[in-house]
Amino acid sequence: MNPVHLSLTEAARLLADRSLSATELTRACLEAIRQQDATLNAFITVAEPQALAAAEQADQQLAKGDAPPLTGLPLAIKDIFCTTDMPTTCGSRMLKGFLSPYESTVTRRLRQAGAVLLGKTNMDEFAMGSSTETSHFGPTRNPWDPERTPGGSSGGSAVAVAAGLALGATGTDTGGSIRQPAALNGITGLKPTYGRVSRYGMVAFASSLDQAGPMTRSVEDAALLLQTMAGHDPLDATSIPEDPPRYADSLERSVKGLKIGLPKEYFPAELTDAIRNPLHEAQELFRRLGAELVPVSLPHTSYAIQTYYILAPAEASSNLARYDGVKFGYRCQQPRDLADLYCRSRAEGFGAEVKRRIMLGTYVLSSGYYDAFYRKAQKVRRLIADDFAAAFREVDVLLTPTAPDVAFRLGEKTDDPVAMYLSDIFTINVNLAGLPALSLPCGLHEGRLPVGMQLIGPPLGEEVLFQTGHAFQRNSDWHRRRPQPVANGAAS
Amino acid sequence: MSAYEVVIGLEVHAQMLTASKIFCGCSTRFGAEANTQVCPVCAAFPGVLPVLNRQAVEFAVRTGLAIEGEVRTVSEYSRKNYFYPDLPAGYQITQYELPIVLGGHLEIEDEQGRRRRIGITRIHMEVDAGKSLHEGIPGASWVDLNRTGVPLMEIVSEPDLRSAEEAGLYLKKLRALLRCLGVCDGNMEQGSLRCDANVSIRPKGATTFGTRCEIKNLNSIRNVQRAIAWEMERHIEIVEDGGSIVQETRLWDANKGETRSMRSKEEAHDYRYFPEPDLPPLLLTEERIAKIRAALPELPEQRRARFEADYGLSGYDAGVLTAAMELADYFETALGVLREAGFQDPKGVANWVMGDLLGYLNRSGLEIGDSPVSSTQLARLLIMVLEGTISGKMAKQVFGQMCASGGEPEAIVAEQGLAQVSDQGAIAAAIDAVLAANPAQVAQYRAGKTQVMGFLVGQVMKATKGQANPGLLNTLLTEKLKG
Ligand SMILES: [Zn+2]
Repeated sequence: MNPVHLSLTEAARLLADRSLSATELTRACLEAIRQQDATLNAFITVAEPQALAAAEQADQQLAKGDAPPLTGLPLAIKDIFCTTDMPTTCGSRMLKGFLSPYESTVTRRLRQAGAVLLGKTNMDEFAMGSSTETSHFGPTRNPWDPERTPGGSSGGSAVAVAAGLALGATGTDTGGSIRQPAALNGITGLKPTYGRVSRYGMVAFASSLDQAGPMTRSVEDAALLLQTMAGHDPLDATSIPEDPPRYADSLERSVKGLKIGLPKEYFPAELTDAIRNPLHEAQELFRRLGAELVPVSLPHTSYAIQTYYILAPAEASSNLARYDGVKFGYRCQQPRDLADLYCRSRAEGFGAEVKRRIMLGTYVLSSGYYDAFYRKAQKVRRLIADDFAAAFREVDVLLTPTAPDVAFRLGEKTDDPVAMYLSDIFTINVNLAGLPALSLPCGLHEGRLPVGMQLIGPPLGEEVLFQTGHAFQRNSDWHRRRPQPVANGAAS
Repeated sequence: MSAYEVVIGLEVHAQMLTASKIFCGCSTRFGAEANTQVCPVCAAFPGVLPVLNRQAVEFAVRTGLAIEGEVRTVSEYSRKNYFYPDLPAGYQITQYELPIVLGGHLEIEDEQGRRRRIGITRIHMEVDAGKSLHEGIPGASWVDLNRTGVPLMEIVSEPDLRSAEEAGLYLKKLRALLRCLGVCDGNMEQGSLRCDANVSIRPKGATTFGTRCEIKNLNSIRNVQRAIAWEMERHIEIVEDGGSIVQETRLWDANKGETRSMRSKEEAHDYRYFPEPDLPPLLLTEERIAKIRAALPELPEQRRARFEADYGLSGYDAGVLTAAMELADYFETALGVLREAGFQDPKGVANWVMGDLLGYLNRSGLEIGDSPVSSTQLARLLIMVLEGTISGKMAKQVFGQMCASGGEPEAIVAEQGLAQVSDQGAIAAAIDAVLAANPAQVAQYRAGKTQVMGFLVGQVMKATKGQANPGLLNTLLTEKLKG
């Protein structure tokens, strides 16, 4: 079997008993990238020499024994995490070729744990988008159907994991950017509790919502990666001071007696059968395993999209002001004066979706509109969080669809921003409330397009997500399904 | 002119004396080569985050407690958004709706001893921006980010000041307080204390405010006063010509001695403030505030009261001596040296410090810290007077030389033979010679015309070059004349 399809946990076992070398595994991934990425476009940067050097070092470490937990495991990194040995572009012309002088806390921790970083993955520009089509470096294609999008903004990472280009990946999730592409590619993605994973060195989109997390082939793998990524970081004032628990311990816990809430607002009448049926079967599985299914209500759910599209652009408009052509990144040619330097650098450096959100954010913060929009949205955000808090007094975990539909066609929603925004309708609330949520595959529509199930936990409830998700994966095999390899040039 | 009164509020930006910047570890040292104190955090590179300097918080709390303001247990940072090349993030982190200190006051006193309480609206923390350099580079500008991220306190007064002089007194008082607290060096030339003034006029007796203008770029107390006085005249002229004041921001041009328009209210920025999402709300426990309060140094007002009570000084004297911490320290150090030598003369020391010393420093344009005569040297000079080694008059002369040449008082007295002659024999010999040379005056004295005594004393003093101990001279002369 080609080792690129192993789970991280399986590969770690083979590496430890020396039946597979880190170099072999890394070479296999690089070969898979060569075979498929001209079509899939999952990577913006492939760092072959660095990856092979890291793999060689991993083999030496493995030979000595007592290697750290991720030694020799090849990972793909969303191009939003700053790295000192490869460029960080955030999918934008603005940062094309930008080499940061510092390393993000997430990648630093992964490297220290022995991981081999294969390269940086494609994404919607500055993480703004739900299809990886707003990238300056071209769209990423879904390996299950190259005419469809992989979702976004962490589309490149999702595809790398789904197509066997990497064994695991990092993503970031501001409104669903880990979970929605995980669902559309049939992989497992976790958005941890806000503050659980450091944001240091992660290019900011909307600071109060952004959260990094793992994208993997199984819940077990997600727990393994999170263990390294999580923990307090003195460089991030919003990072949670407490040490993370041992996540592996939660995996084998039974779900017998667990109360799983089904929020009625997440199962509207319009929900397609493509999504409804697999989720129904998942509920039945949990029932058979002894969990109790409890109907609950989250009454402010319907305000989430509006609230999010006030708060996130507001923060983004401010976070993106630093891209002004003065200090780093893209600068326009021959500016006439300072205003021209600012205007043209930003006009030429940013794509349409980023500009749309900057304008929206500038508008909702401007004097005269602040109270009507920003302040009101902050209040609604509180109400949404209160809804969840009330629900978690009744149940241990919530079960919902991850996305309203399976992967959509490339270009299908690019001219209709609101339709695009609605792809995150089931994920956005979680970011507004700062909660952890897991997306895992629970079906294949028409045998070829993955369907995702979302589990939402209370604050710092990653353990109950791992417990529930792992129980599902021990009793189903949706997470073992792989798309057929695509040949280069497979898509038109 | 007397028909109007000026209404002034000051916004003082005080650079806090932290070793490192407020959100990163870069040094705050002044005068370093451009862009040598810059890191990815203060240059706002993508993905970096601010981490709060606890010392800056402590300094702001200390200041809030010293002005008797309310130190809030929950405050919040906000972003103030605008584009400028020396503002790398495109926003300034500041405090807006929930500042760390609300309310407070400072008391000022004019030369007539009239005391006035000036309200303080708030103190909030913010970061400094960088500096744009336009000189010597045709067609281009450079940006120096050394200052970027340096912690500032903005201390906003109520519009309680009523003259340029009062504004100056307030600033001096505030500067002395900040220095005493050790939170700011108060150096206006280096920009560690900067001031914007909001100025309006209104007919005397009116209770509503006129339209105000904000004057920026004031870098010395003198310029604050000049700018306010100039701006006040401008307003009066406009109003008396039947015009009305346009609310705007103006710049002070110290070379031309005038203010000029910088931007009008219409072009004013919309700063789009919102809570800084990279920093959680700043929480202070009552315990921490109490701990900072307990560690406050003696404040100028407290010291002034103690000077009055312990040293028997007048309110005015105590006020002058405690106006600057260094001056009060100078005074108390000198007193300590005197005490060691067994003398107590606070009033005498105060007179010397306020009269001779401050007079000299003022004439020479020096600060107390630059005084050529140290507090110990002054004390040793006074001890010589108290011990009778030299006369008070001699001491003034010696002090002049100490200022000019920086010498030790004992050495100057010895070199120039200025010590008083207290040798009975020498004085007696001088008296004998004077009496022998002036038989007529001696006869007059003995006939009851005792007024000639003064003439005879003068003659003996002249003979001894003024060094005869006056007390001894009187006693001996009286005896000889009787004899
Ligand atoms: Zn710095």
